[in-house]
Amino acid sequence: MTELLAVRDLTLGFRTDAGLARVLDGVNLTIDAGQVMGLVGESGCGKTTLARAVLGVLPRNAAEIAGGEIVFKGRDLLKFSPGALARDICGRAITFIPQDPYGSFNPVFTIGTQIMEIMKWKSPRRVTGHWSEHAPLLGPYPAERRRADMETVVALLDAVQLPQPAQILRKYPHELSGGQRQRLMIAMALLPEPDLVIADEPTTALDVTIQAQILGLIRRLANERNVAVLFTTHDLGTAYEICDAVTVMYAGQEVESAPTDRFFAAPAHPYTGKLLASLPRHDGEVAGIPGEVPNLVRPPGGCRFHPRCERASEACRSGKPPAEMLDPGHSVRCFHPVRPAA
Amino acid sequence: MSPILDIRGLSRHFPIHGPFGRQVGAVRALDDVSLQVMPGEILGLVGESGCGKSTLGKTVMGIHRPDGGEIRFDGVDIAALEPRAQRAVRKHLQYSYQDPGASLDPRWKIGRSLHEPLIIHTTLSTEERTRRVADILRAVGLPEGHLDLYPHEISGGQQRRVGLARILTLHPKLVILDEPTSGLDVSVQATVLTLFRELRQAFNLTYMFISHDLAVVRMMCDRVAVMYLGRIVEIGPTDQIFETPRHPYTRSLLAAIPRIGGKRITVDFWLKGEPPDPGNLPSGCRFRTRCPRAEAVCAQEEPALVAIGLQHAACHFASEKPA
Amino acid sequence: MAVWRQVLWKLLRDRATFLGASIILSLILAAILAPVLSPFPEDVFEFHTANRLRPPDGVNYFGTDRMGSDILSRLLFGARITITIALIAVGTAVAVGVPIGLVAGYYGAWPGDLLMRVSDIFLAIPQVVLAIAIAQTLGPSIENVILALSATYWPFWARLVYAETRSVKNEIFIESAIALGASPARVMILHILPNISSAIIVRTSIGMGATILTAAALGFLGLGAPPPAPEWGRMIAESRDFLPEAWWYATAPGLAIFLVVMGFNLLGDGLRDILDPRIRRAGGRND
Ligand SMILES: Nc1ncnc2c1ncn2[C@@H]1O[C@H](COP(=O)(O)OP(=O)(O)OP(=O)(O)O)[C@@H](O)[C@H]1O
Ligand SMILES: Nc1ncnc2c1ncn2[C@@H]1O[C@H](COP(=O)(O)OP(=O)(O)OP(=O)(O)O)[C@@H](O)[C@H]1O
Ligand code: SF4
Ligand SMILES: [Mg+2]
Ligand SMILES: [Mg+2]
Repeated sequence: MTELLAVRDLTLGFRTDAGLARVLDGVNLTIDAGQVMGLVGESGCGKTTLARAVLGVLPRNAAEIAGGEIVFKGRDLLKFSPGALARDICGRAITFIPQDPYGSFNPVFTIGTQIMEIMKWKSPRRVTGHWSEHAPLLGPYPAERRRADMETVVALLDAVQLPQPAQILRKYPHELSGGQRQRLMIAMALLPEPDLVIADEPTTALDVTIQAQILGLIRRLANERNVAVLFTTHDLGTAYEICDAVTVMYAGQEVESAPTDRFFAAPAHPYTGKLLASLPRHDGEVAGIPGEVPNLVRPPGGCRFHPRCERASEACRSGKPPAEMLDPGHSVRCFHPVRPAA
Repeated sequence: MSPILDIRGLSRHFPIHGPFGRQVGAVRALDDVSLQVMPGEILGLVGESGCGKSTLGKTVMGIHRPDGGEIRFDGVDIAALEPRAQRAVRKHLQYSYQDPGASLDPRWKIGRSLHEPLIIHTTLSTEERTRRVADILRAVGLPEGHLDLYPHEISGGQQRRVGLARILTLHPKLVILDEPTSGLDVSVQATVLTLFRELRQAFNLTYMFISHDLAVVRMMCDRVAVMYLGRIVEIGPTDQIFETPRHPYTRSLLAAIPRIGGKRITVDFWLKGEPPDPGNLPSGCRFRTRCPRAEAVCAQEEPALVAIGLQHAACHFASEKPA
Repeated sequence: MAVWRQVLWKLLRDRATFLGASIILSLILAAILAPVLSPFPEDVFEFHTANRLRPPDGVNYFGTDRMGSDILSRLLFGARITITIALIAVGTAVAVGVPIGLVAGYYGAWPGDLLMRVSDIFLAIPQVVLAIAIAQTLGPSIENVILALSATYWPFWARLVYAETRSVKNEIFIESAIALGASPARVMILHILPNISSAIIVRTSIGMGATILTAAALGFLGLGAPPPAPEWGRMIAESRDFLPEAWWYATAPGLAIFLVVMGFNLLGDGLRDILDPRIRRAGGRND
């Protein structure tokens, strides 16, 4: 498989009143073409921040990128000019499915109007190199292309199992249910025929039955269209459902990455183990993780998990553990990983 | 043993207002709901968002006035009591909010919020109250220093603890926990669930446990009631509900939970469509628009709850063996 | 308390609010220290007709009036009247309007509707006209001005508190206090009132300005404190016969009224921003 996206040693922070919050600390992540990669971790660990960094939509005034690279199809996105990024990558080769589909629509226009507006300048059928690329609002929208685009849209709405697509296009956002809106967002994310879709907790706002439908949909479409998906979630069950591989983050550091089956069968990082042990079980025994999530303005040195870790030693406190390959595709950053009994 | 809470035929409708404030219909948030809670048990209440779980809890608490039916708490019909007597009942019946942060007055320090229930319901002196608050604080695992903080200065898990401490200071008999783990990370959730268990032991509590997380419900509850659009469609002992669900909706709910290590549900999840508009319910069985088992009779007759052993299910085909 | 230190600090950083607060503070100091600050305290009630209508100079900084009294001294003593009227009138209006709005907003339904319709009727008539009508009927005196002003201004507070109560009442922490068994009075006084207090404070500051303006208008029409009380509005009225030659006669009290009303408005606007974190000014100017 070919490597589609590689985030290497990405370090960035946000300027806050209390000081610089070191939200990502040397994060590594790779996604192959057509792979569904789960990015899991507890609230505030930096999942959304990483996703936004890849999309290039971090708040320019608050975010401070200190180092690292985001290589997409062989080119470092951090070296792109904002204009080029917006024109060629964001919303085109990389698209986004948000957590709250309601906030992503303008309430005063119909769904159809909004989708066609996007198609006008993001459609795969658009001509490249035309002057209108630099002034999309002024550019013409030839009737022929419009018709073809419209057909694509209707076909996609059908693919995401929205009943009566033509009617849905005439509705306003508030007239759709949460599940329908999320299907629409998926359709819109697939419209430009992207290589990578970033889905930021796309099902947390939904019920289990609707969630199951949406997860099935994302999985199937990713397979059929060979689209890679970066799927952030804090629900391990969801990650198990649809991901090919899972990366766990803790307080801005990636701690473990492995193919899904191996990840759940042989977690090597102590944090991953604790996270799995926190899941409710039938026999009624649950164990939380003692201690608190660290403050990112003054994070603990070395491995950021060390204050809550039973296996921590002096080494963990003084330096960040290097990535160690335990198995093909299974890497862990820990001085004392849990090794499967051989 | 007589039930501590006995709800019979409870209804609560919310008017839907059209243009110019005219009433154009009603959301039947609770439609003829009956259930019993036994002393010392944990009754789970599950169902989709908007099916009326919170409304049931709040109607029992007297926050909403019922449009029909009765609520017997310890044998007394509390909905019929006059306001002062109703307020006195609240001492024994407490509700823990879905969003504990929002349920604390933003201008009150935690300490003051914790003293408040004791001021309302008891005549304890300040020292006695302070002692009692300190005890509760220890029981829920909060440091004493937090008494001087404002709600926005503590984390979500700690707000949950404060919310619990506040209702436990009065030593209630029944506590309604509304989505007590929503929005918490699994590691925090685990500690909070353990806390609920310990508190139940320590204070001899009965819980009504509202949640849409079936894994948590299975772990915590003795019995489970499943709601769909304002109705209880199935109720029974937890093991039986999870092992032999009788109602097609319960089956689809169970099938929808991702199970780590098991078969992937997304491969063949069969429930299609979205729940209908609660202001405009389908005829007959309200689940029939999504039900894989539906037949002609389902559109004509609304199924009643029927007993199959200890389980009760409201489906025309409830007695069929689950596939 | 830390919160108040914060409010004070922000107050000092915002130029407009600081200006407003300084004006109000000066007014209060002027009223208290009037006997000390006035160059000719006895002039307030004494005439020196020989000195009449002197333009401003090194002795009478703001000139003298038709009776030969020092205008600055009269202005300073007038501040006492202005403040007394504004404080008592607004105090009464708040004391009447706030409970009415609170109860009406809390209970809704018919008692709420009734109270609100009554306040609507009051609001339908221009304040100045209503105040004139009441003061006219009762006869000119400070007490009657105060009465007229309180009677016309209470609906402003009732309306405001009604609307604020309605929205706060839907907050979950109110519902949860009720669920805890708190009585309606407890909920209203201990939970709702503190949470809407910033809105009331803002409204009160701006209301002071409006009340002072209306009081001046009543004085101008001869409905205020009877002469020779140094009432600002009356001073302007007296000056009319000597304009435009004795320009200072009207300018000084006019300026005083203008400054004080502006001061209260600036302070009120600033407090709105300072007390309500939701509409804090974007970017925080003057940083
Ligand atoms: N614009 C910003 N300014 C300052 N801090 C920020 C900003 N955006 C995010 N943060 C901080 O960065 C950290 C990581 O946030 P992020 O949204 O990436 O977390 P997350 O893993 O997506 O969490 P969740 O599961 O809650 O969505 C948090 O501590 C957050 O407070
Ligand atoms: N105060 C209210 N006024 C009008 N309608 C209401 C009110 N409270 C609830 N409803 C409606 O009643 C129905 C049931 O709501 P309820 O909050 O009980 O659902 P729920 O099962 O608790 O959902 P969730 O899981 O999202 O908390 C919904 O359709 C809701 O829109
Ligand atoms: S009654 Fe009919 S529609 Fe309703 S759940 Fe049973 S089979 Fe389905
Ligand atoms: Mg996020
Ligand atoms: Mg609810």
